[in-house]
Amino acid sequence: MAKAKTVAKAKDPAGLVRPLVTPEGVDLRVKLADAGTRASGFLLDVVVIITAAVVISLVTIFGLSGLGFQDAQPLFIVWIIFIFFLRNVYFIAFEAGRRAATPGKRMVGTRVASRSGAGLTLDQVIARNLMREIEVFLPLSILAARGSAGVADTLTTIFGLVWALLFSLFPLFNRDRLRIGDLLAGTWVVEAPKLALAEDLSLRKDPIAARFQFSAAQLDAYGIAELQKLEEVLRRDDYSALKAVAETISRKIGAKVEPVNSKAFLTAYYGELRAHLERKLLLGNRKADKYAR
Amino acid sequence: MTLSAGTDAVRQSLASFRQEREADWKAFEALLARVEKRAPRTLSEGELLSLPLLYRSALSSLSVARATSLDSALIAYLEALCLRGYFYLYGARRSLRTRIGDFFLHDWPAAIRDLWREIWTSVGLTVIGAIAGYWLVASDKRWYDAIIAPSLAGGRNPDSSAETLRSVLYGGGDHFLSGFAAYLFTHNTQVSILAFALGFAFAVPSVLIILMNGCMLGAIFQIYAAKGLGFELGGWLSIHGTTELFAIAIAGAAGMRIGTSIAFPGELTRMAAAARAGRVAATAMVGVTVMLLFAGLLEGIGRQTITSDVARYSIGGGMLALWFCYFYLFRMVRHGES
Repeated sequence: MAKAKTVAKAKDPAGLVRPLVTPEGVDLRVKLADAGTRASGFLLDVVVIITAAVVISLVTIFGLSGLGFQDAQPLFIVWIIFIFFLRNVYFIAFEAGRRAATPGKRMVGTRVASRSGAGLTLDQVIARNLMREIEVFLPLSILAARGSAGVADTLTTIFGLVWALLFSLFPLFNRDRLRIGDLLAGTWVVEAPKLALAEDLSLRKDPIAARFQFSAAQLDAYGIAELQKLEEVLRRDDYSALKAVAETISRKIGAKVEPVNSKAFLTAYYGELRAHLERKLLLGNRKADKYAR
Repeated sequence: MTLSAGTDAVRQSLASFRQEREADWKAFEALLARVEKRAPRTLSEGELLSLPLLYRSALSSLSVARATSLDSALIAYLEALCLRGYFYLYGARRSLRTRIGDFFLHDWPAAIRDLWREIWTSVGLTVIGAIAGYWLVASDKRWYDAIIAPSLAGGRNPDSSAETLRSVLYGGGDHFLSGFAAYLFTHNTQVSILAFALGFAFAVPSVLIILMNGCMLGAIFQIYAAKGLGFELGGWLSIHGTTELFAIAIAGAAGMRIGTSIAFPGELTRMAAAARAGRVAATAMVGVTVMLLFAGLLEGIGRQTITSDVARYSIGGGMLALWFCYFYLFRMVRHGES
């Protein structure tokens, strides 16, 4: 039991994986987006909004003055309404869409989902985004208004900053990384990356790798956790990492490897070790790591 | 050695598992990428029917891979693919048109009816605030500047002459007025959003915002009533004010609903109660924005062009009656619902 727990912990260091059992009975194990990812997604969205606002404002100002349009009043109305809609509708429209993610979230590979596992509804999207007003825009607009009026004393600045910090750090203080908006809407933000299917490493043909042969004792030296680390190293394909790992493994299993052959050796060992462990798996023995039997 | 023969067989069978299924996964991925970008009706009938089949096949591949394969890249790929498929297929996807239709025919009035107790509390608080504001300014006119920010007062204050006050009420075609209406629209929407969003702090801020809003109303009313222009101001305000004040009251009510359900969650957990209240409140809030848009239009178009008091009162009263009928009398029964 204790061992199972340590394995689960090793796979999920921040405790962010949640069960999501589909009606077909398969647990999809969704991973919640961590605070850093969410902050970067939000900042990307802010950049998009500001860029759009600046570009459109400039285009209308220059376009209209080029047309000899002197009366600024209708422009002013359109601009006010436009800024308002941009801020309030941007998030809602994109999150209510098919991918349930703003461009910023798409770029960092996350999306909004309902905590219950059911479909995301429009009212949930609206609730979580209206709360953003008090989380971010309220303290900022108070500070901006006070600052432009020249009455931003230390106390209001501190109050505004503490307020903003309190709300923006809120996700760090609960298990599910919920903002206040998520809490009220019954949503959370999960990782939904688009992954390409990577090549199967054990099908790699390498003429030098074919020369390596391993005995049963040599393959018993490691378990699944080490195999997956090895897979990572092989996919990263970094020369010095490959060399260091090859040295460690060859020392442990007592094989002789030239540094130039590190990659070939690791490819061969990975293929054999995986087949060995998969065979054990088929026979009902999941060898979690090198300490397991 | 028996070992290598055994591992080779395992390698063979797992490699063929991947080879056999890979085409299906790729097809599912391509199909998903298409339906996520465009509406599902761009798919042919065959493709549409194959979507759930491919999803289930990917899920079963995932189960097999988890049980037999140790290729973590493969499992991660299948998990991501199945999750995308799950969100798409079980996302209860309705077209935007039916969603909007449902909102106006059913969801919005239902949310307002659901919030009736909070709405009456909120209306009551506005009235109390108005009385307090009136009384405060009547007792000492310096209260006026404390209650109403000079930027919103627009030059109206207790020392203005009756002519100045009257000219605001009946002055036609003010140059910057439509800009001012748009500003008021965003201002009122922000007041409403605040009254809603701050509700989670046990409803206290919402109550304060609604009281303050009532106070401002009472204060303006006092300076007009003192000059004998109370009836005229009522007309000027009511043309859009009935819609606008009702909307702000609803926003406060939505905030109070959230605050009270966090404070008194009943049988649910606090989180679940908050989530449930949040969804009703959010629906009401979208309605509030629509109402404020109406109020902004009435204000921008009607207030300066219609200068007869009777017409103003009847438009204001008519709008209020319209909202009441829509929220409380109009009930649409959807098919399949009792």
